[in-house]
Formats: sequence, C-alpha cells, structure tokens
Amino acid sequence: MSDALQIKNITVNYGGFIALNQVNLQIDAHTTLGLVGESGSGKSTLAKVVAGLVTPDEGEVRFSEQVLRKRRTRMQHKAIQMVFQNPDASLNPKHTVRQILSEGLLFHHIVPRSQLMDRCRELLALVHLDEDALVRYPYAFSGGQRQRIAIARAISVEPNLLIADEPTSALDVSVQLSVLELLHRLKEKLNLTMLFISHDMGVINAVCDTVAVMRQGRIIEVSPKEQFFLHPKADYSYQLLSAVPRMPIFNR
Amino acid sequence: MLLLLVSLAVFAPLISRYQPAAQNLADILRPSSANHWLGTDQLGRDLFTRLIYAARTDLRIMILAEILPFCTGIFLGMLAGYYGKWIDALVTLMTNTLIAFPFYLIVIVVAFASGAGERGIYITFALVGWIVFARVVKGLSASLRKQEWVASAKVLGLPDSRILLFHILPNVLPQAIVVLMTDMVGLLVAIVTLGYLGIGIAPPTPDWGTMISEGQTFIYSKWWLSTIPGFAVVYTGIALSLIGDGLADLWRRK
Repeated sequence: MSDALQIKNITVNYGGFIALNQVNLQIDAHTTLGLVGESGSGKSTLAKVVAGLVTPDEGEVRFSEQVLRKRRTRMQHKAIQMVFQNPDASLNPKHTVRQILSEGLLFHHIVPRSQLMDRCRELLALVHLDEDALVRYPYAFSGGQRQRIAIARAISVEPNLLIADEPTSALDVSVQLSVLELLHRLKEKLNLTMLFISHDMGVINAVCDTVAVMRQGRIIEVSPKEQFFLHPKADYSYQLLSAVPRMPIFNR
Repeated sequence: MLLLLVSLAVFAPLISRYQPAAQNLADILRPSSANHWLGTDQLGRDLFTRLIYAARTDLRIMILAEILPFCTGIFLGMLAGYYGKWIDALVTLMTNTLIAFPFYLIVIVVAFASGAGERGIYITFALVGWIVFARVVKGLSASLRKQEWVASAKVLGLPDSRILLFHILPNVLPQAIVVLMTDMVGLLVAIVTLGYLGIGIAPPTPDWGTMISEGQTFIYSKWWLSTIPGFAVVYTGIALSLIGDGLADLWRRK
C-alpha cells in the first residue's frame, strides 16, 4: 500500500469566503512536500482538510488509495497526524506528559497497558527528552521542548503521513534548527510522508523534496525543490523568493 | 472557618445537650449564661443549639440543592460551548428565558404549587440554578474548543465524548467550582430569606431565616436573638467566598 496523498478539487467555503478553491495536489509516498504562501492563502485550511478537522464543501482527499470521508475510520485517523504551530496551545495544560503521550497509544492499541510506560520513555528518547518529563505538566517546559512533546504525541500512533503546520515559526532560531533536525531524522527513520507548511524559505529549502505555492486559496505552482529555488515558474513564486530578507552588507 | 462551621453542624447532637425544638416555657428570653451559652428564645429553646442545628438544615439544603444544577449546568454548558450551532442556540434560549424571571418569583410560584419548605427550594434551584454554571462553562468551552490541543485530540481520532470528559472538563471544572462557592453564598442567602419570609423552612425545624424573623419582635430588648443567626449567615458567606478566592488563586498560579 503506497502512502501517497492525493487532494482532488478541494473547495472550502467559510461563510462566503472561499478559503480553498479547486485545490489539486499530490504528495508521493515517503517524500516531503513544502507548502508555502502568504498568510491567509489557505495553507492551514488545506492542512486541516487533510487532517480531517475541516470538511471540504467539494472534492476528495485520498490517502493510500482510500477516500477519506467525513467520518474516518480509526485506522485512517491513526495514519494521519499533525503537529501544530503554537507549542503553547497544542498540549492540554491539565495533562501530564505521560497522559499526553499515552492517550493515543491506548486509544489505538499501539502497545498493551503493561508496556505503556516503556513506550512513553522510548518516545521521549526519540525527541531527546529525559524520562523525568513524564510526570511534569506542559507549563514546566520551554517552547522548543513542548514542540518536541507534540511531535512525540504525533508519532506515538505510528502515522504514515505527518502534517507539520509551521512547526518552527513560534520558536527561537536556535531552537528551530533542532526541531527541524528532529523532524528530518524522524521522517527518515519512520519512513514518513510529510506535508510541511512554512512561510520560511530557508526551512522549506532544508526539509522538502517538492514545493507547492499557494495564493488566495489556489495552488499556483508545484515544482521539485531545486527547480523552485533556481527557476520558479510562477511570477508570484519569484516574488516570494525575492521577499526573503537578507542580511545587509555594509561597505566599510 | 467553614470546617469549624461544618463540624459544629455535623456534630450538633454531640455538642449540645438540648434538643433544638425542646421548649422550656419557664426559661424564656434569657441572656447568655453557663447553662445556655447564647441564651434562650421566646419559647425557652436554647439559642446555641438552634443555631448549630440550623446550620445543619441550611448547609444541607445548600449543598443538596447545588448538586443537580452544578452537574446540569456544566453538562449543558460544555455541550453548548463545544458544539455551538443549534445546541448553543437552544441553551442560550433556555438561559435567557429563565433569567427573565426573578428568582424569588419562581420560588413563590413553586412554593404555591408544591407547598412551602425544602422541596420548593430544590425544585426552584433545579430549574434555574444551572444557568450560572452553564454560562460560565459555555464561554470557557467555546474558547477551549479552538485550542490546538483539542484539534490534536480530534486528529488522534478520539470521540467527542472522550474529548469533553477528559480534555474539556478538567479545564472548566476549576472555574465552575469557584463559581459554585459564590453561588452557594447566594443560595444560602436565598434559603435564609425564604425562611425569614415564611415560605422556606417551616418551623419548628431550626433555620437561620426563621430565627431572624422570630427574634425580630424582640430586637430592641433581646438583640442577640436576630443578630447571632444573621452573623452566622455572614460568617458562612465569608467562609465560602474565601474558599472560592483561595481556589481561584491556587489554580491561577498553576
């Protein structure tokens, strides 16, 4: 079974505002697609459609050759996981890390109850956190650490597709790098297919195989990474690339 | 503060050697003495005994009358806040309709329908008491459902019932408990007021409201008959409010 994602003619209306307009997109199995575009271009809405959080008005999403309907099966839920933008809001403040990590493990019967703690420790080790984190609450962690916990929760149910919705945009530059490295390593190790959303061209360049550009609810370009950065097809892509701020060089 | 009051109420039969309704017409309207710590009333009943037995009555009704509205309010509030749309509209319609009637008017109507006394208070509070919880919890749940950790739980595939019970509820419960403390003060005042007006607890069951009302006749000569039960209401009110404040501070820090 191939872990490829196909998005066909997806349209989403938010009370008259067209957030997604006939979007078609394909992510090949075990590759990373970077989705770029300005704020409000529909990137996050598309991610939510794939994750099952938003039901499209038209079109269909297929994963591993199965159509994902409004009510997904347990297996379909398990197969697609998402890491959110804001690490401050993505963990329930009333749950300990152990509760956060074990919820999916138990619900999807990933491990029997007797091995639960061992699995939680393994997950923490995967995201480079000590096991004493298990008994602590989210507020005791920094933004980068919380994002690692969120990533651990997402991979706990052994998904095939991981959606990362601007996972580093709320983090310090130094922490961003470590989270990106972590995602990249996990992707290789777990052989994931990834949908990576960012408006940071540097990040996209670092993690993606293919780049898709969105504007006003439409996909306006899909290109392999090298081609996108060297010879973008759409004028808007060129504008996006040239809008990347560069360090000023002073002549002394 | 509340612990002292609750233990006095719970252990009332052990603390006092008098019966709250036992009359002693030879010994009426006495001031404080070694035999009767707070004196006696117009029927020669020991005031201290009546005071702590009244605490039993009033606190029991207060707690029992809050249980159902507390649970209903949280349940409806969570549903309305989490699902929004027609459930929210329905709950809002119900709260707005009920809130339009003054509380005491409903009590009087219910008292006429079911007879005065405890039952009227339970029925009335079951009817309208949940509103305050539903409103607070609805607002909270509506903001929580937009949180990314709720979205994460949905992406994991957890059913709504589980999300409501294990994710939303623990986050709205502290606030609801703080509201509960404030609301209990209001309810206590209502119970006492109804007793005072004669449509609450029926004599001879001791109740602070009836005690205040009965002592009123002697307010110029035996001021303590009304003042002491009045003070008991204030004391309980302050105790509950302080607990509410303390809990709110504690949970805010977390």
